[in-house]
Amino acid sequence: MARTTADRRPIIALTRLGMGARPDDLARVSDAGGWLRGQIRLGGAANPQVALPPTDDQIARLYAYRDQVAQARRADADSGRDPVREARRILIDATAAAFLARMRLACLTEAGFAERWALFWTNWFSVSATKFQAALVIPQYEAEAIRPRVFGRFSDLLVAAEAHPAMLLYLDQAQSVGPNSSVGQRREAGLNENLAREILELHTVGADAGYTQADVTEFARALTGWSISAPPDAPPALRRQAQAGSNGFVFRALVHEPGSRTVMGHSYRQDGHDQALAILNDLAAHPATARRAAHRIAAHFIADEPPTTAVAALEAAWIDSGGDLAVVATTLIGLPEVWTAPQAKLKSPYELIVSGYRAIGLAPTRIEHVQPILRQLGQPPYSPASPEGWPDEAAAWGSPDAVVTRMGWAQAFAEAVPVPLAPTDLAEAVLGGLLSERTRAAVSRAESRSEAVALLLMSPEFQRR
Amino acid sequence: MITLNRRDWLAGAMGVSVAFAGRSALAQDADRNKLVVIIARGAMDGLSVTVPSGDPNYEALRGGLVVRGALPLDGDFGLHPAMPRLHALHEAGEARFAPAVAIPARLRSHFDAQDILENGGAALRQERDGWLNRALAITGTRGLAVGAQTPLILRGDVQTASWAPGGAPDDDGRLAALLMDLYADDPLLGPALTTGLQTEAMAQTALDGQRLGPRNVATLGRGVAGLMAGPEGADIVALTLDGYDTHARQGADEGQLANRLSIQDQVIDGLRLGLGEQWGRTAVVVATEFGRTVRANGTAGTDHGTASCLILAGGAVRPGGLLGDWPTLADNRLYEGRDLTPTLDVRSVFKGLLRDHLGLDQTDIERTVFPNSGEAAAVSGLV
Repeated sequence: MARTTADRRPIIALTRLGMGARPDDLARVSDAGGWLRGQIRLGGAANPQVALPPTDDQIARLYAYRDQVAQARRADADSGRDPVREARRILIDATAAAFLARMRLACLTEAGFAERWALFWTNWFSVSATKFQAALVIPQYEAEAIRPRVFGRFSDLLVAAEAHPAMLLYLDQAQSVGPNSSVGQRREAGLNENLAREILELHTVGADAGYTQADVTEFARALTGWSISAPPDAPPALRRQAQAGSNGFVFRALVHEPGSRTVMGHSYRQDGHDQALAILNDLAAHPATARRAAHRIAAHFIADEPPTTAVAALEAAWIDSGGDLAVVATTLIGLPEVWTAPQAKLKSPYELIVSGYRAIGLAPTRIEHVQPILRQLGQPPYSPASPEGWPDEAAAWGSPDAVVTRMGWAQAFAEAVPVPLAPTDLAEAVLGGLLSERTRAAVSRAESRSEAVALLLMSPEFQRR
Repeated sequence: MITLNRRDWLAGAMGVSVAFAGRSALAQDADRNKLVVIIARGAMDGLSVTVPSGDPNYEALRGGLVVRGALPLDGDFGLHPAMPRLHALHEAGEARFAPAVAIPARLRSHFDAQDILENGGAALRQERDGWLNRALAITGTRGLAVGAQTPLILRGDVQTASWAPGGAPDDDGRLAALLMDLYADDPLLGPALTTGLQTEAMAQTALDGQRLGPRNVATLGRGVAGLMAGPEGADIVALTLDGYDTHARQGADEGQLANRLSIQDQVIDGLRLGLGEQWGRTAVVVATEFGRTVRANGTAGTDHGTASCLILAGGAVRPGGLLGDWPTLADNRLYEGRDLTPTLDVRSVFKGLLRDHLGLDQTDIERTVFPNSGEAAAVSGLV
């Protein structure tokens, strides 16, 4: 049964650009373009519904926890109780609750495109819970720095991400000290170039943009002073001259490396905080950033090896608009390739599990329902292995072991959940014009309702988008 | 638990041909040599593994990172104290070390450098697939990736198996059989499912029904060894260990890096224990994308550097001293004034192992596996 491209627009909008179809979505989304455009809002993507303690409070808790660890190490290990472990668990529980809330939002939202767009930028600016200190403020980072800005200017998003304590802790910027600053001259402390390097390589121009080790070091010097609030027992000198910014950011003039800096051929004579800010703004406006972002967006939404025409259109929109992400998103949804390309992308584990819940019209209610399978499939909550973030290509997620694990999940999930419709109707509802005759036949011939649903979830057209 | 049903079905209806098609005469040999490549991801600090205790500049340059309790190796070097099992292998003549190894390109990006380490190119973006996969295409033997994701080094035209600790679904093979029909036209899902089920069945047999938790390092090496045993076992294995990017509070004799090294030590020894007599035909090589700065940074850690160490272990390894020269830590010998200078191209070791351990033809190595590697001659006498 041949279907026209026009028939498929709503299901492509829901699956390729959104988070998957819920059983009633296709009936609701008849105008695909209008549905997508309506989600591109200046205020960004919606935040998950969960009460988050402010970032500053979390940092205070982190310091308290460190004290506790120190005390516990001094004290004799008496009873079987492990106070450090308990304290750690309490801190991490809040992060786990926030992850569940974010996943529930993805499962229940009617603005699936805004959600996917927000996840894309979250991954571009990856912070990983593999580092405990960063884990405590990742939900705050996403809610405060990333999600409100995903349809604003890229430069604003960049500055907000780099200045957030989560990033400053994750990439070791918070403790970096200028060797010639007033603190640096008095004690054994120095530069840490981790954040500077990853901003250049991953968050802006990319490793082949022609910068050198000297540029990295100079940028690291300019970034000194970008930090978080000091522990309560820190020497008063460290607390003095610290300007508090938003979301827990603190600029410490006392550790900032004095003098002008040269990065990628530009000279920066600003004082203090403004110096790194000026560098960030130049990096945001650099053509290499536009090219890299255009390629990554097209690769995420269309194909691992995206059509060059699509990349060029996104790059032009980026440059013409000065990195206005609303314009770039609008350009993306108008690209012919988005609507005509075959289903080449393999869903990541997170996308698969979310779209599985969406298919049956539910959302997970406990972290224990989703965390083990995400871990087994190689995508544990908030924990990419490196600042590069999660991979985006099929080869990374479609290993033999992963496909077997996906099958085991589909089977267990299908047995455990209520199915809202007759299986063939469900397949029609969540795959629409993408449903192949072969899958339809297999679903209709299945020996049980749960087998039918497992086949639907494991079908190539459901595994891909 | 796996049922006989599924294994029967696998061997019969599906066959194993998809996974291991195109095997050459070389692979018919029942006593095939085994190669395990461990990638230490994140840039392992070589100066803390093969510790240059005798270098006159070592203590002054490293400050708080100096490893005091290094276990004695050849000459002026010691091995990190968190690796006693590896040290015992060295004592038995089954482990050798190259203290200053690097990839051919001078990069300080983890991701670009890992790409080169794994794709075997001489510079960025020269190769698309992994060099171990290209080697498999020639040997016709079996490849296995350990972990939830297949690393680049094993990606390519040849289908490889993959396995991650964590257990298999219970099922009688019915759903898998139905899915194979749905996957008839899918280039990725069909072959992946076939291979995955087969490996899982082998793992269940090898582990004798025990479940292996994903964090159980002590048994990880043994689990992998189980998948390398017997006529259907894997011959070329890639395994990734991460957590080496120690920018802050790296530690010295103890601490963050020591913990990662201890895991590595246990995995290698687990392989030895699990492989039993096959250990004698096995070479394990540990490599990392680059080393770390010689001096500590401002946060008691180290930043991205250049040369690091390479570890070679296994019953097939020929006893001997250090591989490659020691560049020394003298001021005028440091690369760009901050890093250990490489004296050995990592491809030279890989090429030596491919030629002398896996029996690849020199021409195939130069043309197919490591093109543009003329400047990196294969090291002789490794095995």
